[in-house]
Amino acid sequence: MSLPTAVAAALFVGIIAYALLGGADFGSGFFDLTAGGAGTGAALRTQIDHSIGPVWEANHVWLIYVLVMWWTGFPEAFAAAMSTLIVPLLLALLGIVLRGAAFAFRKYAATLRQAQLFGAVFAGASLITPFFLGTVAGAIASGRVPLRGRGDLWTSWLNPTSVVGGLVAIGTCAFLAGVFLVADAARAGSTALVGTLHRRTLAVGVGTGVVVFAGLVPLDGDAPVLWDGLTGRALPLVITSAVAGSATLALVWTHRYGPARVTAVAAVATVVSAWGVAQYPRMLVDHVRIDDAAGADATLWGLLMVAVLAGLIVLPALAYLFVLTQSQSWTTEHHATSEHGHA
Amino acid sequence: MPVLAQLAAAGSEPDGLLPAREQMAFSLGWHIVLASFGVAFPAMIFVVHRRGLVRSDPTALGLARRWGKVAAVLFAIGAVSGTVLSFEMGLLWPGLMGRFGDVLGLPFAFEGLSFFVEAIFIGIYLYGWDRMPPRRHLLMLVPMIAAGVFGTYCVISVNAWMNMPTGFRIVDGQVTDVDPWAVLLSSGAVLQFAHMWVGAFMLVGFVVAAVYAAGMLRGRRDSHHRLGFTVPFVFASVAAVLQPVLGHVLGMRLGETQPSKLAAFELATTTEQPAPLRMGGVLIDGEPRAYVEIPKWGSFIARGSFDKPVRGLDTFPAADRPPVNITHLAFQSMVGIGTLLAVAVVIFWVARWRGRDLLEQRWALLALVVAGPLAVVALESGWVATEVGRQPWTVFGYLRTTEAAGSNGWLWLVLAVTLVVYTAMTVGAVVVLRSMTRRWRAGEEDLPSPYGPQLADAVGSDAVAADAAGSHPSGSDGGGAWRS
Repeated sequence: MSLPTAVAAALFVGIIAYALLGGADFGSGFFDLTAGGAGTGAALRTQIDHSIGPVWEANHVWLIYVLVMWWTGFPEAFAAAMSTLIVPLLLALLGIVLRGAAFAFRKYAATLRQAQLFGAVFAGASLITPFFLGTVAGAIASGRVPLRGRGDLWTSWLNPTSVVGGLVAIGTCAFLAGVFLVADAARAGSTALVGTLHRRTLAVGVGTGVVVFAGLVPLDGDAPVLWDGLTGRALPLVITSAVAGSATLALVWTHRYGPARVTAVAAVATVVSAWGVAQYPRMLVDHVRIDDAAGADATLWGLLMVAVLAGLIVLPALAYLFVLTQSQSWTTEHHATSEHGHA
Repeated sequence: MPVLAQLAAAGSEPDGLLPAREQMAFSLGWHIVLASFGVAFPAMIFVVHRRGLVRSDPTALGLARRWGKVAAVLFAIGAVSGTVLSFEMGLLWPGLMGRFGDVLGLPFAFEGLSFFVEAIFIGIYLYGWDRMPPRRHLLMLVPMIAAGVFGTYCVISVNAWMNMPTGFRIVDGQVTDVDPWAVLLSSGAVLQFAHMWVGAFMLVGFVVAAVYAAGMLRGRRDSHHRLGFTVPFVFASVAAVLQPVLGHVLGMRLGETQPSKLAAFELATTTEQPAPLRMGGVLIDGEPRAYVEIPKWGSFIARGSFDKPVRGLDTFPAADRPPVNITHLAFQSMVGIGTLLAVAVVIFWVARWRGRDLLEQRWALLALVVAGPLAVVALESGWVATEVGRQPWTVFGYLRTTEAAGSNGWLWLVLAVTLVVYTAMTVGAVVVLRSMTRRWRAGEEDLPSPYGPQLADAVGSDAVAADAAGSHPSGSDGGGAWRS
């Protein structure tokens, strides 16, 4: 494995982590949006607050990791993508800003009316960001981002592959969120909420599966490199994703939500990996390969060191956070321990 | 506006330059306030929280709980406004990132690690109240404080590199011999870091102290207000006294590293030896006007000696001079306010030492309220002075800002949207924070979400939140409370 490939792999690990963890947070916005009126949706919205509140900022940092690895390791390709894809990236950024701010504001909103306003912004913005980041992936994978000069400001991301990318991103995010939320609700023993989320997650899962596999159809003509990869080298991943996705539906159907989280993560991780494997060894499809896009060797070694440090420092801390938030005591024993201590 | 004047003078520039400049200045100026809170606030929360545990002091614990909730709101909008800056590096300055990305990027990658640590432990800390052993819970603040130091250092090392480029060579127009570690470990980075890190403690210390000084002005003189004032004010005091020394040592390098910036700071149109200190003043038709001159002190402040020369602006080609008036005014605002704040805290503590509590004095409380916004102005001025003073360069001596910018004329539209979104975000934060303090004063400690349990009883009523405190006398964060 060449040094640039190793750095690109470290970068891609960040993309997968962001798709899974950040994705699940964004997907919660879909369930918040469709939760219903203030009364009927209150339980679901409180569950969403509780589930993503402690983790969304940490999950969001994966995006920063991806950006800095990209601009440091492959600066020209980064500048090229930022230049051609400025419109979808700005819209994704708008979604990120509105989502994060509105989510924090809603938690401490004083009145229901304020909470509804912030909540609508939070939920709406949560759909915007995955879609536009999906179009960016589609643009790169379909060869619409040239290394020099600028690609078309609009058709670079308004095209079949990009739209498929955007829809797949929304679907996978919502599916992940559904599985995690229903598992959280089940652990907390909220029977009614489990029922609601159970139905919705199944519906979202079936819908997403249809979108993912129907979305393959236009790729044949629109993104030949991606198509060849997905039907060739990456085919085992595509098949694994299909199997894991179906298994998730079966597990949710039979109320085994804990194991469903594992298969859901596997389904999304493999579908994202399939994209990466399919376009390997290209950084910008049809325009530049990973090896030719790389920056200075000394910098790449530095980035690998950052990746190793991330494994040593960030992953254990992240694991601690997830262990705490997924633990029974953080989910249910709250009232037993909270009766002391305020002035 | 001098910025416009400079634009006119420079002639042909890429369409994306001016809006990119304004966009960067605005979004960075907004974020730096929140970044300061991210760096300095956890240390203050740690002090009150620890005091609460060690002394079993319910006032201190209550304060820590409240500050934690305030931090949750501020850190969230700080995280997203910081993300905006990450995107802007590429979207606004493709000429910088494409050419120098692998030179300047590594410190950002390290900073990413500290951002991870901060985000993870703020999550654990905020939700850990009543869910973790108290001592371990307190310790969750320590990684955040450490990450604040490390992250600040990394980001500032990139800015120091823009001021004093190192770690590469240009051969036949190509960037080569890249040594990213030289950027991270540059000698310029340490002092600039210290200046910013201490500046962050000044800003947060004075702002938070001002909030409680305002409360005392309104007659709220309980132990809660006293502690809420004292802890941040002690931090601010130490920082305010250190800062002039740090700033002076940092400034003494400018004569060698960025003489054009120094000339603008000092309003030096021609080279003088020794140079006077000009207080106030503005450049009109190339001549300094309306200033007070102190002989020799310009040389001392800039060069650390009463007889070294300060190079004049006229020794630089017109195309290499920064906008003088903005730079000079910003620099003097920073120094002036910094000096004022340092003197003020010394007066406060000397009076306290002599047995006089200035918190009993209305005028002193008023001054302490004003000190909060002043500290913000000083920090912003410092950034304006260093950034505008580096112009026309993005990478001093190597890359002009005209070369760093892209060609997007419609970035004006983006700027307009940014102004609207940031205004809305500011209003949202103010509304939410004010409503939190109002409810705290009304005796609520808990602040459950409006979607909490009470909704079942009173759907659709704005009064529901007000009922919450009575029905849920706990320090929860609202999560899961609806199940009861």
